[in-house]
Amino acid sequence: MSAEFFNLLWYAGMAAVMLLVTGFYCVLATYNLVRVLIGLEILIKAVTLLIILAGYLTGKAALTQTLVITLIVVEVVVMTVGMGVILGAYRHYGTLDARELRKLKG
Amino acid sequence: MGPRMKVDLIILAILVISALWAVMTRSLIRSAIGLALASAVLTVIMFRLSSPFAAVFELSVCAGLISVLFLSTISLTHPMTHQEAAQHQRERYSRYFVLPYILIVIGIIFAFVQVRPELKLPPAAAQTEVRVIMWNLRQVDLIGQAIILLTGVFGVVLLLKEARKK
Repeated sequence: MSAEFFNLLWYAGMAAVMLLVTGFYCVLATYNLVRVLIGLEILIKAVTLLIILAGYLTGKAALTQTLVITLIVVEVVVMTVGMGVILGAYRHYGTLDARELRKLKG
Repeated sequence: MGPRMKVDLIILAILVISALWAVMTRSLIRSAIGLALASAVLTVIMFRLSSPFAAVFELSVCAGLISVLFLSTISLTHPMTHQEAAQHQRERYSRYFVLPYILIVIGIIFAFVQVRPELKLPPAAAQTEVRVIMWNLRQVDLIGQAIILLTGVFGVVLLLKEARKK
């Protein structure tokens, strides 16, 4: 592997790890339901970056592009349904705070 | 490190900073804008890593559609009162102040500990066009995508229908 490819792999990998940590931290630390979706979105961005990087390094960019397109479609559906659920919860409870959603407690 | 790599590093730094801003900022609207900015920067990275089709999708769908969805959701909910916002700000600070330090530590580790694994890349294959792979190699996945899209549409329709009934 050439030095240029290695540097790209290393620093893009570092950015992906940072994005993963940021996304996980956001999902775990927040009580706001919209912010949970924002954390999820950041996690998906990290995965997208890694897939594109893999395609570039292995010379199979076309295959990884189709994978990313699938990922984006799934991401949009997850976000849309998630926001629908959040709006439903907001209408029901009048808040976006996850601590207030007590009806589902086991 | 060549000039191309330096530019890549700056773009990657902007990506991480915009994601961090989206998480750290108090206002939800600013969070949505930070996320859109991260999507736009990711688009630039995709273009530079020779993936233009995925980049166009990312820009139009993630930076466009999803931002609009976030902004609509935020605008359909009531903002906090002044007192609630002040209380919330104190809580947030105690919960989030660790995150930038964690990221700085990760950056230091990656910058100074460069492990060089013996990775052997496969020989460069002949580039196939995206449409050929999409329509010839991944037909079943396309059907799956269509089903997922329909599931999403039905899910939203059901949610809104229930809300109308109430």
